[in-house]
Amino acid sequence: MKDLRSPRGIIALVLLAVIAAGLSLTITEIPFGSPDTKVGSYYVENGREETGAANIVTSVVTGYRALDTLGEVTVLFIAAMGLSAVLAIEKKKRKREVEESSLVLSTGCRALFPFILLLGAYLFIHGHLTPGGGFQGGAVIGSAFLLVYLGYPERRISTTGTDVTESLGGLAFVILGLIGFAVGSSYFLSNFLPKGELYSLFSAGILPLIYIAIGLKVGAEFGGIIDRMMEETR
Amino acid sequence: MIFVVSVVVFFMLGAALGVFYLRDLLGAVIASSLVSLMATVLFFLLQAPDVAMAEAAIGVALVTGIFVIAIRRTERYEE
Repeated sequence: MKDLRSPRGIIALVLLAVIAAGLSLTITEIPFGSPDTKVGSYYVENGREETGAANIVTSVVTGYRALDTLGEVTVLFIAAMGLSAVLAIEKKKRKREVEESSLVLSTGCRALFPFILLLGAYLFIHGHLTPGGGFQGGAVIGSAFLLVYLGYPERRISTTGTDVTESLGGLAFVILGLIGFAVGSSYFLSNFLPKGELYSLFSAGILPLIYIAIGLKVGAEFGGIIDRMMEETR
Repeated sequence: MIFVVSVVVFFMLGAALGVFYLRDLLGAVIASSLVSLMATVLFFLLQAPDVAMAEAAIGVALVTGIFVIAIRRTERYEE
């Protein structure tokens, strides 16, 4: 605040004004809400028939744009790997006294944990029917692990288990995409399974399978991240 | 509808100001999770339940948890 009148301050103010003017000009030009792109209305009109998924968001995320989702999952994997690499550098065993949680908190955690896991699994298994999916379900499962650490600070989950689950989830995604070639499709991640009846659990071909793989992977990733951070802060 | 959305946005702004002004970092983290909670309500009202779920699980629960872990490692009060 004090060097606002110095040359640097003035330059910064001018830059801020330019950025503000540019942003406001750009945003007023964008017609938000009007169906300007052809592809968006195409997905809304034909998504259900072409992929068999009742949830149009899922038909885009794991159907039309499955390759982008694979990239997204890879980004998340790299972030988790980077975090564990950073935290692994400092591996001193400091024994700090961990406070016991109160009885209400630990009992509540024990009672809620299985139900939150169940909700997460429900979200990614029914991703093609109702709102939700692999990322949401995985995040819910991650928050269940967080709850365990709140209630039982001494409790550890096995990071080997989360790492194996994560790798298997990623592998399942890629292998599902490659099976399409073996069956005779010409592009990666093609929907080779029968589409089934709309709104039924076994519908939409490989879309729910992809979402289950993503859900397990994301849940294991978040669990692993939380475990490594808790391990580091003890 | 527009009234409900305005109330939610008002609360969101208040919580965001709380994040800025609170010196107790634990309180600031709770205020930031309140911003996410209001964003969740807003996404739901604007008919994006998929995004609302992701915001609820990540913004309200996981980010708050990770910040609390970070505060436990460092200091609770600013300055």
